[in-house]
Amino acid sequence: MEPVKMQDTNSYLEGFSQFEKDAPGSDLSWLRSIRQDAITRFSELGFPTVRDEDWRFTNIAPIARASFQLSQNGQRTLSHTEIETFTPQGLSGIQIVFVNGRYLQELSSLKSLPKGIKVSSLVMALDKDKDLIEHHLTRYADYQKDAFLALNTAFMEDGAFVYVQRGTVLEEPIHLLYITTTADAPTITNPRNLILAEDNSQATIVEHHVSLDESVYFSNVVTEVVVGSNSVLNHFMIERESKRAFNISTLRVQQGRSSNVTSHSLLLGGAIVRNNVHPVLAGEGSECYINGLFMSTGRQHMDNYMKVEHASPHCDSRQLYKGVLDGKSRGVFHGRIIVHKDAQKTDAKQTNRNLLLSDEAKIDTKPQLEIYADDVKCTHGATIGQLDENAIFYLRSRGMTLDSARALLLFAFTSEILEHIKVDPIRNYLESLVTDWFVQGKLFDRTQ
Amino acid sequence: MLEIRNLHVKVEDKEILRGLDLKINAGEVHSIMGPNGSGKSTLAQVLAGRETYEVTEGEIIYEGKNLIYMSPEERAREGIFMAFQYPVEIPGVANTYFLREAVNAVRKYRGLEPFKHVEFIKMVKSKMKLLDMDDDLLQRSVNEGFSGGEKKRSEIFQMAVLEPKLCILDETDSGLDIDALKIVSKGVNSMRNPERAFLIITHYQRLLNYIVTDYVHVLVDGRIVKSGGKELALELEDKGYSSWEQSEGQNIKAANT
Repeated sequence: MEPVKMQDTNSYLEGFSQFEKDAPGSDLSWLRSIRQDAITRFSELGFPTVRDEDWRFTNIAPIARASFQLSQNGQRTLSHTEIETFTPQGLSGIQIVFVNGRYLQELSSLKSLPKGIKVSSLVMALDKDKDLIEHHLTRYADYQKDAFLALNTAFMEDGAFVYVQRGTVLEEPIHLLYITTTADAPTITNPRNLILAEDNSQATIVEHHVSLDESVYFSNVVTEVVVGSNSVLNHFMIERESKRAFNISTLRVQQGRSSNVTSHSLLLGGAIVRNNVHPVLAGEGSECYINGLFMSTGRQHMDNYMKVEHASPHCDSRQLYKGVLDGKSRGVFHGRIIVHKDAQKTDAKQTNRNLLLSDEAKIDTKPQLEIYADDVKCTHGATIGQLDENAIFYLRSRGMTLDSARALLLFAFTSEILEHIKVDPIRNYLESLVTDWFVQGKLFDRTQ
Repeated sequence: MLEIRNLHVKVEDKEILRGLDLKINAGEVHSIMGPNGSGKSTLAQVLAGRETYEVTEGEIIYEGKNLIYMSPEERAREGIFMAFQYPVEIPGVANTYFLREAVNAVRKYRGLEPFKHVEFIKMVKSKMKLLDMDDDLLQRSVNEGFSGGEKKRSEIFQMAVLEPKLCILDETDSGLDIDALKIVSKGVNSMRNPERAFLIITHYQRLLNYIVTDYVHVLVDGRIVKSGGKELALELEDKGYSSWEQSEGQNIKAANT
């Protein structure tokens, strides 16, 4: 059967009825009814517009207007050499690979997992870990008010399932690699990940989105993370997709008592990228550190939307986001901190710093504090600037060329983010991506 | 080594230097003194290649080459160094990295092999000792969080590391206490040799108690109005610049009428 080309809400409904019959977990009634509810919700909500406060600075009309189809069954296989450049040096261990949204066993490396760790595709987990999945999947990322979450929930096909048993400490990062490659027509994939870290555990997850070519497609990603009491979880989001790709992703983190979560995102690719990070500090004394670096050029649009919810007393949150914008690109930082009524002694801090490298680049930065408790400390600050001409002259007067002076200052600007990364192979990998970005002359590219 | 002829310089349509002449030979130490706003720092910035200063007339010949068309980095590689009056803080760039980049850029230009790590550290450490720099300097970001005195010492330290031919000190002595002044002077004195020249721009004669200068020039309203030996500095300390400023003022009035 020809896949439905989905464009307006009706065609998404039509696409859904075709998809639903053979969708993973279609035999599970709870999942079927959630999918149906989600597609109904999507059709009611429709795609957001700039009139919606949360989307004021990001016009997703190109996504709404475009026609996408679900990726086809004929699964594309890839060789190890084709994906070599996407595997950070020194990450030898656990890897799960998805090509066009589907799990690819040949490239995944899930054998000999340490005791207490499960990593599998969501499809496999729907079979093997039914109860865990039913208990957690879709329970945190609320699709009632978010069209993209609703869309993902309706159409989710596969993704990663990670389970870290109580008391298990895993130092080796788990690499989740999502590759999209040319299809006949623009495709939409809806990767859905579920990460469960039980009490007293520790793990590092690297979510990595790449393209093999410059094709047009739409990744609509949702990751739910549940972190138990006294657990430590590091999450990385690396977005380096095609300059013509669209990526909307949501990281929804549920934190237990005294848990500690660090989220790093690096946005480099994509035409329109929206990265939602939404931790809920539900357990007393929990902490989260959310760091991000976004670097845009040409006509790229990168939107970082943070919603940090303090729902319990004595929780700390820190946000540090830095943007480097060149060409005619646009950036958005929207940092929302919500302190619920009972979340006394909250300590929240938000910082956003941006460098504009061209006259035509633009950044919108918006802090938003909603505080319903009376004994809290919340601060925020944002800066927008250019490279310091005095510093450039200083470096040149010591013998450095204009280009290397600029690159050095940019690297210094980004290093504050990169230095926070404690996992060496990841930090080295991100550093090399950032350096490539400077060196490849993209820095001075005004034409795209 | 350096010959400046009839130099006119404008900043944002305001003429700051108005026909300055100066000749410096290798091995010499020249000091330029003058009141605020006379153009002392402008001269230093123009020599270092600051692009916001526009040379409207005259020429600057350095070792047979016209400096005016050279970029700041070319000048640095040709051996010109300016110690900044206000050194720039560069967060996130460690001194070691910065110095190695700078030294190797200059060495490459001169056809020398880049320093190997161990050689580099050895050389840097010896210069640090000379200028009494703390050991943690290398790990710290360039000038970030430095006190005024530390910044000035760091400038002279960079100069010692880069071993330029023409050293320009732009009010390096301003704001220094006597101990820092002595350290800075020691650094400068240790670098004196027949192939190297110094241009010391200062507001006060104090530095010249520690650095023996060969020539003193008085800069007033964009022109050198008097040159002499080191005794001229003492005379200035005593009498100030008022006699020249008045006569200059009268000249301007005369020209306007």
